[in-house]
Amino acid sequence: MTDAAGADPFFTASRVVIVAGKGGVGKTTVTSALALAAARQGLRALIVELEGKSGLASTFGREPLDYDEVVLADADETGGGEVRARTLTPDDALIEYLDDAGLGRLSKRLVSSGVVDMVSTAVPGLRDIVVLGKVKQIEQRMAAEARRRADQTGTGDADADADAPDLIVIDAPAAGHAITFLRSARGLIDAVRVGPIRSQATDVQRMLSDAERTQVVLVTLPEETPVNELVETAFSLEDEVGVSLGPVVVNALYPDVEGLDADPAEAAAAAGTSLRKGEAAELAAAADFRRHRIALQEEQLARLAEGLPLHQIRLPFLFESELDPEGLAVLADAFLAGLAEAPVEPTS
Amino acid sequence: MSGTVERLVPADLGELVDRAEIVICCGSGGVGKTTTAAVLALQAARDGRRAVVVTIDPARRLADALGLTDIGNTPTTIDGDWDGELSAVMLDTKSTFDAVVVRYAADDDQAQRILANRFYRNISGALSGTQEYMAMEKLYELQADAAFDLVVVDTPPTRHALDFLDAPKNLTRFLDHRLYRILTAPTRGAMKAVNRVATSFIRQVTKVVGAEVFDDAIAFFQAFEGMEDGFRERADAVLELLDDPRTAFVLVASPRRDTVEEARYFADRLAESSIPVAGLVVNRVHPRFSDQLPEGLRERARTLAGTDLGGLYGNLADFALIRSREDEHLEGLAEQVAPAPVARVPYLRSDVHDLDGLAEIATHLFSTDG
Repeated sequence: MTDAAGADPFFTASRVVIVAGKGGVGKTTVTSALALAAARQGLRALIVELEGKSGLASTFGREPLDYDEVVLADADETGGGEVRARTLTPDDALIEYLDDAGLGRLSKRLVSSGVVDMVSTAVPGLRDIVVLGKVKQIEQRMAAEARRRADQTGTGDADADADAPDLIVIDAPAAGHAITFLRSARGLIDAVRVGPIRSQATDVQRMLSDAERTQVVLVTLPEETPVNELVETAFSLEDEVGVSLGPVVVNALYPDVEGLDADPAEAAAAAGTSLRKGEAAELAAAADFRRHRIALQEEQLARLAEGLPLHQIRLPFLFESELDPEGLAVLADAFLAGLAEAPVEPTS
Repeated sequence: MSGTVERLVPADLGELVDRAEIVICCGSGGVGKTTTAAVLALQAARDGRRAVVVTIDPARRLADALGLTDIGNTPTTIDGDWDGELSAVMLDTKSTFDAVVVRYAADDDQAQRILANRFYRNISGALSGTQEYMAMEKLYELQADAAFDLVVVDTPPTRHALDFLDAPKNLTRFLDHRLYRILTAPTRGAMKAVNRVATSFIRQVTKVVGAEVFDDAIAFFQAFEGMEDGFRERADAVLELLDDPRTAFVLVASPRRDTVEEARYFADRLAESSIPVAGLVVNRVHPRFSDQLPEGLRERARTLAGTDLGGLYGNLADFALIRSREDEHLEGLAEQVAPAPVARVPYLRSDVHDLDGLAEIATHLFSTDG
């Protein structure tokens, strides 16, 4: 079913893609579009959503997510892969972790007595690390499955799992927290000297700083403050976490429109029609607004390129539709088109 | 500050900044809370009041908006051409927490022992709701300061815009945790039976997180002993402040479905506590260029496709469509918060990062057309 051979190198560069950016820039939208784009390339994508927001599933026209995996988009005859999704909350992940750590019998009691709450407060980053640890577990299943497929002897890999996804896409927590979140492993390695949490943190840190396992895609809007914050975040993530950065996604760009520079009255004459009273002024004001926003966008794209030498993928502002399956399809196409463009080539 | 008796529901935002003593700006991330808070404080200063604005923004947006390079945890006066005074504070969670510890410590020695404790250093930065609580703590400190008539607070970018309402309760619940009573019991030489249960718990948990976490925690609670009451009283006082009639809540939203839903949820929560919304600010509303229906404009664009005029109609249709959708989203919200004044700030042509930009927003917030 899965055919990664023809996929854009971006999708096969690493098994985990973490989508990060400040609140309100459309991280969830980009997460969905990225996963759908991967599916279009024949991959099976798993979206992992961390904040319990209900918006993600509705963009696919489906019910809100659960801890268990659900299918958001089906595989199709044309070779498209599946998009699945699940939430991964710290509480669920922590209970699962305690179970795995041999505290299964106690875990419910630990939770109800508030001990878990207390421990995770006393050990900052613990909640983040169990979430990332869980991601790592899925990622390792993927790696095992990839080994099994590559293995021609037929002996296989004991841990392989034919049901494993080809790509994990994580909708990361908002901005400031994204850095804390990704830095949690390093912080814990410093703070906890022994025990399973330390080894968990070490494993997670290894996954985060390995470009073949993890890349971070940062999302911004073509506006001054988000661009500034994105550049700052990019440098902190590289310096403090050592993650490798994929392309930057600039979301919600007003597409250019033919005729924006034209004088409405002249354009009407040229088209052999007439305008209603007041219409020329309306058309001109709206055109002026869009021209101005597009000029500002261009400035911001240039500033971003200057501050951060990463390939930019540009997604259009959707005037036509709310973010529904139809709109999402438009964004997935734009994402693929953005990937296909040669890096560092300035576009208009 | 002098207490007013009734909760303020102003006729417009101008009345709000002239009469309120505490304004808390709430809303989801990215909707413009920080900028709105700055504009409200600035307007109060222009009206002759002594206003201070507090932000929790780690990204220094407030400092940027005020054209400042260095504001910190104590009020910095911003000079400008207004009758009143304008100050700004950028909340530093850790310093604020440290100050609270110092305030309630019996002596300098106790304070230093706590500040140096690793467990304390961890929780002071990471305890769920600490940032939110410290914002309220700072609010408490500033409202008690006779130097200010109005305190405007920009709430933290929590997962839910209103998590901060629970922050004081979270902190006291943490301090009251039964486990800590048990943990600190051995030093009191009592509670031997309970202690055995605790020991088994601890043995299990230390397997996972390492024993030093508990050693640090025990040392912290030993050092903290005697301070809980002061802390708890303060948390109660902070909580009361949220319930105080002098405190006005302003909802900030953008005309998008998700942020409107968040604002509605917040309004519901306030209503449960019988707290009226004192104002609604909707940022980034697209301009309305035409009264024509988007469908008609789109149809016209289609029949003229390929011509400049077709492009112009297509563009007008785009904005007509987005504006009508924004109006739809907002319809229920404005009704829900009624009679609170609603101010719509248009999508500005450029970002706000100086006093002139704030002044431009002010023209939209304080114009009378609502």
